[in-house]
Amino acid sequence: MMTLPRRTLLGSAAGLIAAPALAQPKWPNRPVQMLCPWAAGGGTDAVARILAVLLEKDLGQPFNVVNRTGGSGVVGHTAIAQAAADGYTIGTITSEICMLHWQGLTELTYRNYTPLGLMNSDAPGIQVNASAPYQDVKSLADAIKASAPGKLKASGTGQGGIWHLALAGWLNAMGLKADHVRWVPTNGAAPAMQDLVAGGLDFTTCSVPEARAMLDAGRARSLAVMAPARIGAFPNIPTLKEAMGVDYAVGAIRVVAAPAGLPADLVAAIAPALKRAYDTKEYQDFMNSRGFGLVYGDAAGAEKALAAADLSLGNAMKAAGLAKA
Amino acid sequence: MHDLLEAFRLVAAPDVLVAILASAIYGLVVGSLPGLSATMATALLVPVTFWLSPIAAIATIITASAMAIFSGDIPGCLLRIPGTPASAAYTDEAYAMTRKGQAEMALGAGLWFSAIGGIVGTLSLVLMAPLLAEMALSFSTYEYFWLAFLGLMCATLVARSSPIKAIASMLLGLLISCIGMENPAGTPRFTFGLTDLLGGIEPIPALVGVFAVSEVMRAMVTAEPPKLPKRKFGSILANQWMLTKKYQWPMWRGNIIGIIIGVLPGAGADMAAWVSYAMSKRFSKEPEKFGTGHPEGLVEAGASNNASLASGWVPSLLFGIPGDTITAIAIGVLYMKGLNPGPTLFTERASSMYALYIIFIIANIIMIPLGIMMIRAASVILRAPRAGVMPVIILLCAVGSYATGNNLFAVVLVGLFGMLGFVMEKNGYPVAALVLGIVMGSMVEQSFITSLIKSDGDVMPFFERPVSAVLAALTFSALLWPVGVWIWNRIRHPRLPAGGATG
Repeated sequence: MMTLPRRTLLGSAAGLIAAPALAQPKWPNRPVQMLCPWAAGGGTDAVARILAVLLEKDLGQPFNVVNRTGGSGVVGHTAIAQAAADGYTIGTITSEICMLHWQGLTELTYRNYTPLGLMNSDAPGIQVNASAPYQDVKSLADAIKASAPGKLKASGTGQGGIWHLALAGWLNAMGLKADHVRWVPTNGAAPAMQDLVAGGLDFTTCSVPEARAMLDAGRARSLAVMAPARIGAFPNIPTLKEAMGVDYAVGAIRVVAAPAGLPADLVAAIAPALKRAYDTKEYQDFMNSRGFGLVYGDAAGAEKALAAADLSLGNAMKAAGLAKA
Repeated sequence: MHDLLEAFRLVAAPDVLVAILASAIYGLVVGSLPGLSATMATALLVPVTFWLSPIAAIATIITASAMAIFSGDIPGCLLRIPGTPASAAYTDEAYAMTRKGQAEMALGAGLWFSAIGGIVGTLSLVLMAPLLAEMALSFSTYEYFWLAFLGLMCATLVARSSPIKAIASMLLGLLISCIGMENPAGTPRFTFGLTDLLGGIEPIPALVGVFAVSEVMRAMVTAEPPKLPKRKFGSILANQWMLTKKYQWPMWRGNIIGIIIGVLPGAGADMAAWVSYAMSKRFSKEPEKFGTGHPEGLVEAGASNNASLASGWVPSLLFGIPGDTITAIAIGVLYMKGLNPGPTLFTERASSMYALYIIFIIANIIMIPLGIMMIRAASVILRAPRAGVMPVIILLCAVGSYATGNNLFAVVLVGLFGMLGFVMEKNGYPVAALVLGIVMGSMVEQSFITSLIKSDGDVMPFFERPVSAVLAALTFSALLWPVGVWIWNRIRHPRLPAGGATG
């Protein structure tokens, strides 16, 4: 209790510089706020909420998930970056942090955060209508190469969204222009899958769990995943490398992060707690039941994943003409 | 048969019954708070479902969303604050009834016909799920475009003012829906460098502002109305049987339209309520009474939005395609609990499916007693002095809009829309048409642009596909009908005296 006034000081920059010199109180000794830049009910929110429950059980302090929505994710990401780096405000940052700045929509990059743990990565799949002639990804790729630019149509999310960039990156890896297949912007993966089944599209590049119900219903087929390895929940779908020898992988990642400049001793306290939460049976079961990709990275691993995503998404955006010069 | 008995056993488990009752009360309370939508009520339940058995988890979602959609009518009727976008279509009508001293009839109609709509919608889910799902799957962006366009045309039908002013309000709503980067090009528009505008204008702050805040402002500039005669709040259900018999045909039409719109992914309870209210006015024998506190539209639209809620589960359960934002959340819970959506759910897990149906029916039946209690509790507001109620409304508006995204900008928006709504109403521009434009705008644009991208700029698919051809014909006849009537009148009665306000 004697540490209370001292901690209030920590909020200021002066406090931060002095912090390593002072004996850190054991983290956490009061409730922790977990910011989520996306709305309640979505995938990022669901992952944040299960993590909050597990961290609370492990560490004995409440972890409150707060949805800071608006501005296509910019508002919430900004709130995490601008919070006090005292370990009591953390949050989930998503792949969008590696995309928005290329479009000139924010100054923030992943360098404005202290990554603490990579908790999940969802790889895009390549789905076609069940009645389409393509039995494997190779035949689809041949059809794409043989088609006139703009003839084939694909979808999965909005213009410039992560699955659009996955398509652009894949086309680039095959030596084609990023707009060789025309992107049909939709409001998320569900309408894209519906239009695929209704016959309005040639293929979709949304994540496999998003396509799952249509796959189970026998209305669509997933030909490949753009991941380094097959997904645990979908072991029958080959990777791009296995199926056609193109080594291209991308993913929508979710990283728990704190504002930049989080003291090293706090990183040493929080990151292992995230690892313990990741290893629980509850987390593994939850992620598998939702079909979310189980990929873990510690603080350094999360930073590496963010840097890689920033580079590859930036390249895809430049190739697709979506990045500001 | 065995499956059905098994389903009853599943639902009769104590934890399921407790979950239904608790989430019913929760849904009623959250839905009645202005700004907190049925979607919000459902989303906040998700962490709770981690600990529940699969059937109990789904039961909480079904019950809470049905209750929240109904109880959204309560603040709309008593205070002119629509609790959910689904009740915005008939908020003015219900509020007019309250001012006529018929609050119990208006709220009772909302309750009674919500329950009927919910049960009819459930029956459609039971009897025709595969058929309806096939219909939903045949809808492509071309059909959605016509559907959304028809929705926009409701603007001139629901408004009591001149059609020109209604169209002007609707166009302003469309302009507002252009703000942000959630458009087909993914390019920020009209954001003026403000981060908060990137995501566009959410319908909830807009409708809370134009309806509620503007009402408070109007109360501030007018003298306190004479006190309503002191009397007991009458029976809530007494008149409903009479209404059911009198407006039987509109009620069924509302149910059927609700079911059809609910099944289509992306078009949910909001659109069902708007279209049904407009239909009701269009085909009514006494359209001139609409807007003055006439229950006919409430009957049809109230039935419609709850019917759409149940049928919205059809594409979700069969194909994992959410019919609206509520079922989008429910799909996540279904997966989490191992009840994966798909045709196999209907065959291999038939007892679970029957259990879902039973829960739908139970939720709509217990809605009636719980709803009566809720209405009785809420009607205290009618007796409270205006000076006490108005500040509380403002407080509720601010808290409700903040709660949706924990973003102060939403509160600022509520204030701005309040001023806009006040000025518009002073000059006879209907705010309901503005809200309609905001709600429908992105769907019109999205479906139009994606259709053109898919057809390489060719407009023929809008007319060639069978369903879109029918919808196009409907749209054009609805567009040209008033023009035809106007010309006909001109020829037969030249120099008709002005003032005969038609819809």
